[in-house]
Amino acid sequence: MTTYILRRLGQAVPQLFIISVILFALMQAFGDPVATLGARTPPKPEDKERLRRMLGLDQPAYMQYVTWLVGNDWQKLDMDGDGIAETPGQRKGILRGDWGNSLVTRRPVLEMIGERLPNTLILMITAEIIIIVFSLAIGLYSALRPYSLFDNIVTGLSFVGYSMPVFWLALSLMYLFAVNFRRWGLPYLPTVGMFDPAVGKTPAELIKHMILPVATLAIISIAGYSRFVRSSVLEVLSQDYIRTARAKGVRARWVVWRHALPNAALPFITLIGLDIPFLLAGAVVTERIFAWPGMGRLFIDHTERADFPMLMGILMLISIAVVIFQIITDVVYSLVDPRIRLE
Amino acid sequence: MSEPVATSSTSLIPNARQATRPLSPLNLAARRFRKHRMASVGLYLLGFLFVYITLGSLLSRGYCAPLKKDLTGEAYANCNDTSLKLQAPSREHIFGTDVIGRDIFARTIYGGQISVMIGISAAFVEVLLGALVGAVAAYYGGWVDSILMRITEAMLNIPSLFLLIIGARFFGGGLPSLNFFGRELTGSVIVIILIIGATSWMYLARIVRANILSLRERDYISASRALGASDARIIFAHLLPNTIAPLVVSATLGVASAIISEAYVSFLGLGVQGATATWGNMLDGAYQYLETAPWLWFFPGTLILLTVLGINFVGDGLRDALDPYSTRHV
Repeated sequence: MTTYILRRLGQAVPQLFIISVILFALMQAFGDPVATLGARTPPKPEDKERLRRMLGLDQPAYMQYVTWLVGNDWQKLDMDGDGIAETPGQRKGILRGDWGNSLVTRRPVLEMIGERLPNTLILMITAEIIIIVFSLAIGLYSALRPYSLFDNIVTGLSFVGYSMPVFWLALSLMYLFAVNFRRWGLPYLPTVGMFDPAVGKTPAELIKHMILPVATLAIISIAGYSRFVRSSVLEVLSQDYIRTARAKGVRARWVVWRHALPNAALPFITLIGLDIPFLLAGAVVTERIFAWPGMGRLFIDHTERADFPMLMGILMLISIAVVIFQIITDVVYSLVDPRIRLE
Repeated sequence: MSEPVATSSTSLIPNARQATRPLSPLNLAARRFRKHRMASVGLYLLGFLFVYITLGSLLSRGYCAPLKKDLTGEAYANCNDTSLKLQAPSREHIFGTDVIGRDIFARTIYGGQISVMIGISAAFVEVLLGALVGAVAAYYGGWVDSILMRITEAMLNIPSLFLLIIGARFFGGGLPSLNFFGRELTGSVIVIILIIGATSWMYLARIVRANILSLRERDYISASRALGASDARIIFAHLLPNTIAPLVVSATLGVASAIISEAYVSFLGLGVQGATATWGNMLDGAYQYLETAPWLWFFPGTLILLTVLGINFVGDGLRDALDPYSTRHV
């Protein structure tokens, strides 16, 4: 097991390297980050030049990548533009834990991610728990009554849910529960942000603001995942060991809870395990519509400003999480399913 | 040549021809598809939408006040009469008007044509890339396989919407306009097609690779190699046609996800630019008028939903129909 994990981690290193090179290369075409940095008055050309030197943007692309990866504290840089390198580099590089500074705010990338990550996680983890519970419940219930009225209705609804664009669902929910409920004098839900500034940062406010975005995220995923659970339960129910259990006279309820559900849940564990790293990424469209200050918003905002240290930071964080959770998922899978042996 | 023993015209047994002649796999698949209830609902839905975006353009006509003349077709869809901005649905503008006073009904028709074209072309790019990468990786194996699969995994590691956004920024506005069936398409349409195609082929590549890994060990591949067939001929004439089922299903579902992807990218303001309408860019900024002008997002959004729903129904039917082990609907 240990050798397996070590080997997988060893394979992950070149993979992460490839990802970082591809992303860095793509971001070279994002345009000039300095061009958008001006405040109300556009900066003078010589100021732009100085800014570019200060941010290390005067270096060729491959040197910027090297600096990002391993730092530049072993070389001297030319900061005043006289052609003589005199200032020692400050950066340590991502391999030594320095994720760089945002070009827009000049603050460390990790610090800025750290501010947004809890907001995203509270939204996404809540949604994920609701998704798991409802998908299992609906999928199991339909599988035990295949082609019944309930199953057919759920099948139809899940197709609609699965085909819904996120923004259409989000806007419809907002229009009904926020706009129209207020118009009709009913208790209505807030539409944007995490808190109402007039009330303050109370847990009750947070929950109220989370209902619509969580519902948006959950409805679409439940539609797809409950289908998945249904088909794997149906498959397990046709297995010989289920027939054996029934033939032995095991009670129907026990057959479902003890034999069918654990076996049917195995592929679902993989699905959820591979989902978890993407929870860090947040939901770009949902966060945008509900003005939720999370990772998706951070990514979009800094894409517009061509802030590549920030974008590289976000994307590498997600990539590392994906790699780690792939390994964890495989290990957990082999622990809960003795038929799978890792070598 | 002797007469057939029983022909359908002389036989007393109904469907005797079918009984005597074995059905080809394609016949069986077609039969399963016809019996798939969801798939036929999907086909009717898509048929209706097809009529809407094609024949509907005949209804796109009206008086354009700024130009002081009657316009038809796409010119009317692009006519902006700012004195009529944000009008609620009425007799003249049945879906209302947008922020600069263009008729939303006319724009959903012309936007639909572009959105569907983007969907189909992007799915085509996706299938082309996925099939090629998967087939080449599986057929050649070794280091070719390693490199191609590492790139595939690397791309799967990044959330697809993030990849789309990076792609949209990377190519943004780099291509010239193009004339297509007498319509002027801005370069951003082509860019969006390429980006969506280039960021969605990974799953298909893996399916194709897995299929071809087992197919290439079959005797008929050894036989054609012994007969001197080239690698390209073996891949395109023997291996890929035998993985047609996942290709057809992916292509169909790919159209739906490409239409949604276009809408997401446009919704974030990185999509098709300029006067060209798409269902996606009609939604750009519409959420700011959530309360005051819900018709801005409702009509294009609902058309996207119906199209995607129809395609998903058909795709599901195709998946069941093309699975030779499926007996559910025969």
